[in-house]
Amino acid sequence: MTYIPHTDADREAMLAAIGVSSMDELFDRVPESLRFPKLDLPDGLSELEVSAEMRGLAAANAHAGDYAIFLGAGAYNHFVPSVVNHILLRGEFYTAYTPYQPELSQGTLQAIFEYQSMMCALTGMEVANASHYDGATSLAEAATLARAHFRGKRTKIILSPGIHPQYRAVARTYHQGNELKFVGDKGSATIPDLIDMLDEDTAMLVVAYPNFFGQIDDFSGLAQAVHDAGALLCMVVDPIALGLFKSPGELGADIVVGEGQPLGIPLSFGGPYLGFFATRKKYVRQIAGRIVGETVDKHGRRAYVMTLRPREQDIRREKATSNICTNQGLMALAACVYMSAMGKHGLRRAAELSYHKAHYAAEQIDALEGYSVDRSKPFFKEFVVTCPRPVAELNEYLFDHWGIIGGYDLGQDYPDRANQMLIAVTEMNTKEEIDTLVEALRDPDAHIGHEHTH
Amino acid sequence: MGTAEMTQPTTTQAESSPPPLEPLIYELGAPGRVGVSLPKTDVPEAPLPEDLLRSELDLPEVSEIDVVRHFVRLSQLNHAIDTGFYPLGSCTMKYNPKLNEDMARLPGFALAHPLQDPNATQGALALMYTLQQWLAEISGMKAVSLQPAAGAQGEFAGILMIRAYHLANGEAHRTKIIVPDSAHGTNPATTAMAGLQVVEIPSDANGDVDLDKLREVCGEDVAGMMITVPNTLGVFETRIQEIVDIIHGCGGLMYMDGANMNAMLGVAKPADLGFDVMHYNLHKTFSTPHGGGGPGSGPVAVNEKLAPFLPGPIVTVIEEGDDDTPPLYGFTMPEKSIGRVKAFWGNFGMLVRAFAYIAANGAQGLRDVTNHAVLNANYIRARLKDVYPMPFDRMCGHEFVCEGRWKDVEGVHALDISKRLMDYGMHPPTNYFPLIVPEALLIEPTETESKETCDRFIEAMLKIAEEARTNPDLLHEAPHNTPVGRVDDVLAAKQLVLCCRPIPEPEA
Repeated sequence: MTYIPHTDADREAMLAAIGVSSMDELFDRVPESLRFPKLDLPDGLSELEVSAEMRGLAAANAHAGDYAIFLGAGAYNHFVPSVVNHILLRGEFYTAYTPYQPELSQGTLQAIFEYQSMMCALTGMEVANASHYDGATSLAEAATLARAHFRGKRTKIILSPGIHPQYRAVARTYHQGNELKFVGDKGSATIPDLIDMLDEDTAMLVVAYPNFFGQIDDFSGLAQAVHDAGALLCMVVDPIALGLFKSPGELGADIVVGEGQPLGIPLSFGGPYLGFFATRKKYVRQIAGRIVGETVDKHGRRAYVMTLRPREQDIRREKATSNICTNQGLMALAACVYMSAMGKHGLRRAAELSYHKAHYAAEQIDALEGYSVDRSKPFFKEFVVTCPRPVAELNEYLFDHWGIIGGYDLGQDYPDRANQMLIAVTEMNTKEEIDTLVEALRDPDAHIGHEHTH
Repeated sequence: MGTAEMTQPTTTQAESSPPPLEPLIYELGAPGRVGVSLPKTDVPEAPLPEDLLRSELDLPEVSEIDVVRHFVRLSQLNHAIDTGFYPLGSCTMKYNPKLNEDMARLPGFALAHPLQDPNATQGALALMYTLQQWLAEISGMKAVSLQPAAGAQGEFAGILMIRAYHLANGEAHRTKIIVPDSAHGTNPATTAMAGLQVVEIPSDANGDVDLDKLREVCGEDVAGMMITVPNTLGVFETRIQEIVDIIHGCGGLMYMDGANMNAMLGVAKPADLGFDVMHYNLHKTFSTPHGGGGPGSGPVAVNEKLAPFLPGPIVTVIEEGDDDTPPLYGFTMPEKSIGRVKAFWGNFGMLVRAFAYIAANGAQGLRDVTNHAVLNANYIRARLKDVYPMPFDRMCGHEFVCEGRWKDVEGVHALDISKRLMDYGMHPPTNYFPLIVPEALLIEPTETESKETCDRFIEAMLKIAEEARTNPDLLHEAPHNTPVGRVDDVLAAKQLVLCCRPIPEPEA
């Protein structure tokens, strides 16, 4: 299958215009001994064959369309209104590039401006950029901002252990070549413990809201303490939770980052997702990535354009705020369409439904013999269950016998949390699914080791 | 100016100024209107923690049809590959096959959770493993990580690997990365992000790396060199192997910026040329859509030396298969990995699209891609070279650079030519890059454009060259036929209206 439109006559005429007699002559500058190596790849396929082969691969995956899913841990099965995908499939959006030429890109530019505005409204911040790759890299870029803000004079970033383990890992990967030190997250530090770590060397303190265990920590006094130490407060947030809970702006955050996948983006086995990044206006010149601003065209008509471009790599080169170039433009559009369609009432409703269903599930599971749910703090849509058996064993059983994709095994990242399962419940989970999960967990011994019944 | 004021729209519309092309979504709708329906609660409601709740959520209140019309109208203000020619140099704006979109949306891919038991996602892992193998074969490299989310992130991973390699060898003093002055801006920015120092070397009169200058800066402090092949002028450096030898000779490693791989498929393998590490841009070479600025995907490919340092996890075979059973795939972290560069496994949806593209093309198809990309570029170059000054007049790869200025025409710039091209229904080439060419226009047609489209572009360019002499104001005032006229970017940077909503007052 080829997407090349040339006919033999075209090729002949074009080669003649160039003044060569064969295609191969176009490559004379490549060292002859290395020219035209054999590529050991399969033969090309027709559209029909590619489709059949890939449908086969897709069919080999269990997925949230066929199974009840209680797995979250940073990627969530939330409702996506049909309108989102239909807008994403507009070729005018998805086959355009970065809006360098504003006269030909007002659609993309205005959509990004609207996205920035909605992210500001959601987070209670004053500026948002056009996106980062995902929540994890947004956190890494928040550390970059903090480092730039203090010009390298403060070198400590305090991370709560309640931040997604992969986000913390990515922040460390990003900053392995500079002086930043990431501390605080190796044990089970509480918010007061983190506050005790603040000192004159602290550039930023980061907490998650809700934390990785789904809980809302008590942040009273946090922002004051961080600011008294002269440091920045960063919050890693779940955007759906912000449909219901106080904005990070109200809680005194200086930078808000997070994973935008719940805002209308499919699970897609982990990507592409959307890293959102919002902050106070005073830090705008230290933000990495693209930002769209309002202006006018030569006729005085309202228009939009990428602005503060001198921060970026193609202009500042090694002095740029980051090397970021491509971001997650289409995913920001998805979030923009999603937040428009859901609106102020729909987003709150999705958050409330998730909250109620998660609390129903938690209550039922907590009542089971051998299980206990951590209800020491308020939680949103995820909660931690201590189980009577290893989580991996239970998940295999749930999958094989009940057609349920179970929760996240916290023992993988937290050695002190063996046998603890992180369960996520969203508006997509029905009462029937929850009841089935509870029924399944009630007596796994009756099934484990027996025949596959699903 | 107070904070609240600053975030209000401050672009006051003069009474005579035309109305906006499309209202902001916040300017549509009415209080109480909703664009979505959600089910009733089927469980008993739990009490909400009132003291933790927000009182206000400032999102739009619009109906579904408002949403559809608003975003469809916005889409119509864009130029895109699906609407017209897009010869944006260095970006490879080729046709994005529709099949790929359908494949990425198959429920088995789109609705799979990244943290499911790998035994239940073997299809996704098989796809990733196969793509790793294919990208290794095309580059001649040993191993591939699909994790980087974009080319710039691939570069970053590559330079971190070079750094980690030297550290592992006890050579912490190797801190310099050599970058030609014709390089993409991401190269020096990446180097700085990785905590290494940039040493920029000039190009010679032909736009190639100045070998004498290169030798001068080579020493024991060199960690490596980043270079684009073909270079950013669109030309394959004939002395590439000498460059590689010089760097290897002083103990450095060679990084290939793979932005221009569309000129290399089946023509030369980066590993054969001596490169140690490279990144791909799946959104350029392998047709995954650019999405108005992402998502991209920037896999990195490495030789034996750097394989243990790859960002991870990557996919591996856990148990070999046989005639009856497929192999069992799983994730593994390379032994001395630089770590994760993003959460989960990479921009998987982009990997699905690239897989479909490579499967459709096969070995010969990919070679044809490069043949025709290079044919189109040279055809346009040959037909424009008598009219547009070409600093380096020779056979090019998949793109070429010319100057957007003439000695006999005062006051016409590359930007004017670009803006005028819009009036002919085409996207301009890349402007002012590479930096070493004054008034640069970097033109990359790609292989999916027909001879007729190339001809229309050539005719438009020739016409504009004529207009520059007969009616230069036509260029200065351009574009005339676009949704908006030239946009005031100075005002945008001055007023900094980045959000159209007021900042909520903190509650008492």
